[in-house]
Amino acid sequence: MPLNLAPNIPDGDGFYDELLQAHQGLSKEQSEAFNARLILILCNHIGDREVIRQALRAAAG
Amino acid sequence: MVGGRYEVAFRLYPYRKVAEQDMEPRRHRVVIVGGGPVGMAAALDLGLRGTPVLLLDDHDGPGLGSRAICFSKRTLEIADRLGCGDALLEKGVQWSVGKVFHGAERVFEFNLQPEKGHKYPAFINLQQPYFEKFLIDEVRRAQSRGAPIEIRGCNQVTGLRERSDFVELDVETPDGAYQIEADWLIACDGARSPVRDMMGLGFDGRVFEDNFLIADVRMTADFPTERWFWFEPPFKDSGQSALLHKQPDDIWRIDFQLGWDIDRKVELDPAKIRARVDAMLGEGAQYDLVWTSIYTFQCCRMEKFRHGRVLFAGDSAHQVSPFGARGANSGIQDIDNLGWKLSMVIDGLAPESLMDSYSDERVYGAEENILNSTRSTDFLTPKSEISKIFRNAVLKLAQSHEFARPLVNSGRLSVPCVYEGMPLNGPDLLNQGPRQSRVGAPCPDAPTGQGYLLNRLPAGFVILTIDADAPAQVTEAGVSASRLALSAPEDASGALADRYLGAAASGVYLIRPDQHIAARWPEFDETAMRAAIRRAVGKD
Ligand SMILES: Cc1cc2nc3c(=O)[nH]c(=O)nc-3n(C[C@H](O)[C@H](O)[C@H](O)COP(=O)(O)OP(=O)(O)OC[C@H]3O[C@@H](n4cnc5c(N)ncnc54)[C@H](O)[C@@H]3O)c2cc1C
Repeated sequence: MPLNLAPNIPDGDGFYDELLQAHQGLSKEQSEAFNARLILILCNHIGDREVIRQALRAAAG
Repeated sequence: MVGGRYEVAFRLYPYRKVAEQDMEPRRHRVVIVGGGPVGMAAALDLGLRGTPVLLLDDHDGPGLGSRAICFSKRTLEIADRLGCGDALLEKGVQWSVGKVFHGAERVFEFNLQPEKGHKYPAFINLQQPYFEKFLIDEVRRAQSRGAPIEIRGCNQVTGLRERSDFVELDVETPDGAYQIEADWLIACDGARSPVRDMMGLGFDGRVFEDNFLIADVRMTADFPTERWFWFEPPFKDSGQSALLHKQPDDIWRIDFQLGWDIDRKVELDPAKIRARVDAMLGEGAQYDLVWTSIYTFQCCRMEKFRHGRVLFAGDSAHQVSPFGARGANSGIQDIDNLGWKLSMVIDGLAPESLMDSYSDERVYGAEENILNSTRSTDFLTPKSEISKIFRNAVLKLAQSHEFARPLVNSGRLSVPCVYEGMPLNGPDLLNQGPRQSRVGAPCPDAPTGQGYLLNRLPAGFVILTIDADAPAQVTEAGVSASRLALSAPEDASGALADRYLGAAASGVYLIRPDQHIAARWPEFDETAMRAAIRRAVGKD
């Protein structure tokens, strides 16, 4: 399955809010650590190396 | 002066003058330079095949300092083929529980339960001088049975000249210099290889800017036989990582990663080392410092391991970081690969070009080892701010989530390489055959109903049949392969079928003398078998 780059999250505004909420009150350092953990958790969930590779490319812009 | 660069643990081959020292240079079939674990294994492997070898070492026994402590399953299997596997297993320490800490927190604990149906465990811990001693003991036994092996201690190679089809050597001894000639030279003279330097050959790679302090301590206290590894250890002054690991004779290996800018002399002060060890073991721990040193490392290799009549093996050919215990283990695999090839070339059964396949296959193995050990090093010592953030994220997640544990990398233990897609390989036609016994892989061990499979493999090329017919022997171009006939139901555990048949009803394997699989089919096909034998000895 190729990486899905079409809108896929129900209630996008709600999701975005939740993401920022999670960082609330964290220092820059804590936020960076949080992001790293989140990336690892999501990559593991995806599991498919090819999809992850496509995501890495998409993120690189 | 010859030798003296290090103290020896056992004086096993004291200097003796030989008549040759006062004669015109004599020609030897094979000369091995260096009597470390790799050189000794080479002498034994070739000698047991009846190929005459002369080994020159500049000392008179294994070095005192313990370096390697972790010997892998494949090394034990090769040692078993050479005759000393049981001795190693008996002396070595087996362990299965490991604990990983980050600072004061326990990240997780693992238990490496061995897979059933193998003669040898995944690894044992044993001091390198013992490992070398067991090999030398075996050399002595082989000699007493007539194996053409000669060891000359305190014989230092100081000069080398390549001739068209031989090599001339200058050798320094306590009685002065003499010269010898060798049809083939195997350079097992370690990471600083004088032979490599004398030939002006390169050794390229990456130097890691880090110092590691080793302290081997004797401790009779009741301490569990486990491997403990700390990232960013909490005890004072202990550096970036620390390791505690059990060896035989109540000895523990302690490793501290100290960083780059250190004063070696200050750090080696016993009082300073004791302060570190006290902090790790807790106040009041009783122990003696047995051996200490500081080492740095690099991940390097030569571009090719064969240069005309000179073959490089072990640390002279490639060096890795100690994480993953790939140094001596991969050197022993070099010899496993080199021995049968060189002895067939010398016996005129294979073309000289077969030795290029030694280089190709072992360069491939070295690349895999360097890749693994570089990745471990990057995890242990993150090279940038962001890599440290990810590293610590992995450690944190591993405390509560199983998925992150396999990402924790404090060294990936040495496993043998699979010579995938290499030129000596024949066809892999066993439909849906098990992956672990694919062409290029070393034979997985298995119970056979009458002992272990690897123990039952005859020397030389083997035709292994499982519930299939084949002649007792096939001789092609002078090379004989003898049959070992097995039947899956003879192994009640089912492991044999699992490892060699998978979904297939029968299987025929061509196995090389180093126990790597050269080809496999569902049934015996004489034409195909003959072609595969020719290919496996480089006659294609
Ligand atoms: C701290 C540490 C921990 C390690 N842990 C492990 C581990 O757990 N597992 C593992 O597999 N590996 C480990 N290693 C690596 C392992 O020690 C080496 O890979 C191994 O010793 C290489 O063997 P060798 O025979 O190629 O070379 P060496 O052991 O270096 O032997 C070379 C020999 O050649 C001799 N020599 C040199 N020059 C000449 C000359 N001019 N003439 C005659 N003789 C000469 C030397 O005296 C020596 O006897 C570790 C290394 C270190 C430093």
